[in-house]
Amino acid sequence: MFLETRQLTKQFGGLVAVDHVNFSVEKGKINAIIGPNGAGKSTFFNLISGFYPPSSGQVMFKGQDITRLPPNKIAKLGIARTFQTTHLFEQANVLDNVLIGFRLRTKSNLIDALFLTKRLKREEEQSKEKAFEVLKFVGLTNMENKIVANISQEEKKRVAIALALATEPEIIFLDEPAAGINPEETEGLANLIEKIVQHNITVCLIEHKMKMVMNLAHKIMVLNHGKKIAEGTPEEIQNNETVIKAYLGGSAIA
Amino acid sequence: MEIFAQQIFNGLTVGSVYSLVALGLTLVYGILHIPNFAHGALYMMGGYITLTMMTKFGLYYWIAIMISMVIVGLMGVLMERLIFYPLRDAPPIQDKIAAIGILLFLEAFAQFVWGADYQTMPTPYGQVVSVMGLTFTMQRLLIIISTVVVMILLFLFLKKTFIGSAIIAMSQNREGAHLVGINTNKMAMLTFMISGALAAIAASLSSPINLVFPGMGHLVILKAFVIIIIGGMGSIPGAIIGGYILGFAESLGATYISNDYKDIFAFILLVLILTFKPTGLFAKGGHS
Amino acid sequence: MTARFKHKAVVLSIVLLALLLPFIIQNDYFFHIMTLSFIWMIGVYGLNLIAGYTGYLSLAHAGFFAIGAYSLGILTVKFEIHYWLAFFLACAITCIIGLVIGLVALQTKEHFFAIYTLCVGYIIYLVIDKWESLTGGVRGLIGIPVPPDLGPISFRSPVSQYYFNLFFLLAAIFMMYRIVHSLTGRTLIAIRNSEELAQTIGISTMKNKLVSFVLSTFFAALSGILYASFIRFIGPDISYITMTFDFLIFLLVGGIGTLSGPIVGTLLIVWISQQLQFLQDYRMLIFGPLLTLLIIFYPKGIVGGIFSWKMKMQEKKKRLSMSAKSATQRAEEG
Repeated sequence: MFLETRQLTKQFGGLVAVDHVNFSVEKGKINAIIGPNGAGKSTFFNLISGFYPPSSGQVMFKGQDITRLPPNKIAKLGIARTFQTTHLFEQANVLDNVLIGFRLRTKSNLIDALFLTKRLKREEEQSKEKAFEVLKFVGLTNMENKIVANISQEEKKRVAIALALATEPEIIFLDEPAAGINPEETEGLANLIEKIVQHNITVCLIEHKMKMVMNLAHKIMVLNHGKKIAEGTPEEIQNNETVIKAYLGGSAIA
Repeated sequence: MEIFAQQIFNGLTVGSVYSLVALGLTLVYGILHIPNFAHGALYMMGGYITLTMMTKFGLYYWIAIMISMVIVGLMGVLMERLIFYPLRDAPPIQDKIAAIGILLFLEAFAQFVWGADYQTMPTPYGQVVSVMGLTFTMQRLLIIISTVVVMILLFLFLKKTFIGSAIIAMSQNREGAHLVGINTNKMAMLTFMISGALAAIAASLSSPINLVFPGMGHLVILKAFVIIIIGGMGSIPGAIIGGYILGFAESLGATYISNDYKDIFAFILLVLILTFKPTGLFAKGGHS
Repeated sequence: MTARFKHKAVVLSIVLLALLLPFIIQNDYFFHIMTLSFIWMIGVYGLNLIAGYTGYLSLAHAGFFAIGAYSLGILTVKFEIHYWLAFFLACAITCIIGLVIGLVALQTKEHFFAIYTLCVGYIIYLVIDKWESLTGGVRGLIGIPVPPDLGPISFRSPVSQYYFNLFFLLAAIFMMYRIVHSLTGRTLIAIRNSEELAQTIGISTMKNKLVSFVLSTFFAALSGILYASFIRFIGPDISYITMTFDFLIFLLVGGIGTLSGPIVGTLLIVWISQQLQFLQDYRMLIFGPLLTLLIIFYPKGIVGGIFSWKMKMQEKKKRLSMSAKSATQRAEEG
């Protein structure tokens, strides 16, 4: 198994946000998690990336139990994520924002900084190369000197993805990557997601734009009230009675 | 035993003052999620204004307090409008620093107008009473009773009036309150008004047994922060209970442990609490 | 490249000016004020590192300044330890205390951190004020030695003190420059920007915050040590919260989170304070509102204000040249 959750549960007070969810991510594919608002999708992401400790259950990554590791250790293992809101440093330029993404693969510390060691110089060079590489990958060549505050919403999303990719992940979790951008841009972003998978990085995404999910995903899990109510290919999900009932109040998935 | 009872009584007096100050602080925190570092300066201004009203204008104690409450309350409103409102979307470090600027200004202002000397506030309640072996001044009794009255009035206002419940609603969910048509701006101003008035009455009540001087707000505000962290930032009952707990802890600690270090208890308590619960006791989930 | 060269030239000429100043102006009082400013600046850099670059407003800064100063004072006056050994120990003591406090304090965030450190600062003040047998209480410590002669160089004259403290200031600035422009500095800025995001890209935020905090206490200690052996008398008031506020004003006026901010802010405020001597205790009548207005309108201080003004001008220039270009293009086409 590549990445899987076993009976993963999270309670906030009396509220069960994620309820005994078993889910396995298919390696090298685009996995999607859908569900109505408040279904526990973001909480599910936060559990996997180590932001909340689960109430019970496990998260396994390549055979290793990562359930209670802190987020930074999880990132080091090769699990990256983006946020709904990009959290970028708006006053800095694109390059500076992305450069730090490679930090977890570098070793320079304070001593290196004070004495400007060869190691620091080499690692700074590597970070820069990595940043240019991922910016090129996400289609933001020649944007590196732009201040983030002055670029478009879609470009910010791409910068956030570039930053996640700079950590050299094996799997990337995208939290509503297409939220707040227009249909044409959504298509561009879908292409980028496909490109990521082609480069052997597994994708798992939360998305509200149903059309995008159905076209893109190889495998979909549906959450409702914290419970997994269905799992399968887009066709299976589209024809699943429970899903149609719970998710769309009866009408077919467009 | 008598010493103990006396200290409990003292703790009640001190705790009353702390509770009033902490209440103002917690109300503002509940609504705007800012720790008002300038609250201690409002407390200090309250003391001076009451004193001036009494000595310069010869007003009666209670009238002087009323005027002081109104003036300090308006100062609170002014602070909200001029500083916290423009900074509402700024990084959190900024409103703290802005408040510190106001604090520095008000202290220098007080020193400029009233001088750096320690001044005593006269009180019509100076007589010493003796009940069941306890001796105390009327002023101390007055502090305890007035505080309870103020708290009851505040409680009635918050629970029984429309505006009061709007404030409560807003402290629970600002966006929600805005959506149901509560004028959040007005509420913020009103909260600052109440907060300032509470600081003013606390200072006016305690000044006759303490002293009035430009730095009189320092320790009080620090302790009020300790209290609202103990009681939960934004929690009203927490501020009241926390205030009394701290009052008792201090007066008992001063007697039985060390009078020199009595001011340190609060801070050690806070350091201990935050050491084990970095988000404070009774932290509300979701908000930092 | 040319911009970088220009930048270097400016920095070099300022350093040169600072070095040559004693040959231009010969006024002991002036050197006293300048030396004191240098000492403050080192402390301000410490606050800048934790508050400006890492985003954690530490209100215990004066406390660490005082721990450094008192450690040196007590070690040299009471225990008669050699000056340089005491110097080193005072730094070490402060950093160890900083490490312990940082380990706990940095678990808290934002308001809680500010309040926590405010209380820690007050505890430090109370301990210094009340522990008379060690610190001398309100009477303070008198007779702290100046640095011993280094061969033919004595540190007794105002000019030699000036150079002595300038040396440490330059060292502090050099350290700050190296840190800020390294991966470590970038890491701290990433934490300031968003701790959540920093964690998801694999940064151990606690470790980095701790490095920043301890380093900030180191700068505070260095500043305190130099202060103690310059003024040669210390009292509990140097650990009081108003001292932290002074540091904060220097930093904010100059520009929080900028490298030259501490220099600009400290020089300016110290100089203005000298001009406003008649105001004495009332100087906060001006600096208090100044602090508030600055944070509302110029949150990055004078240096930050100049930067953003420059950037605006560049943007304007770019747009102008672009529209000029398109105008000529159109002219050519037409």
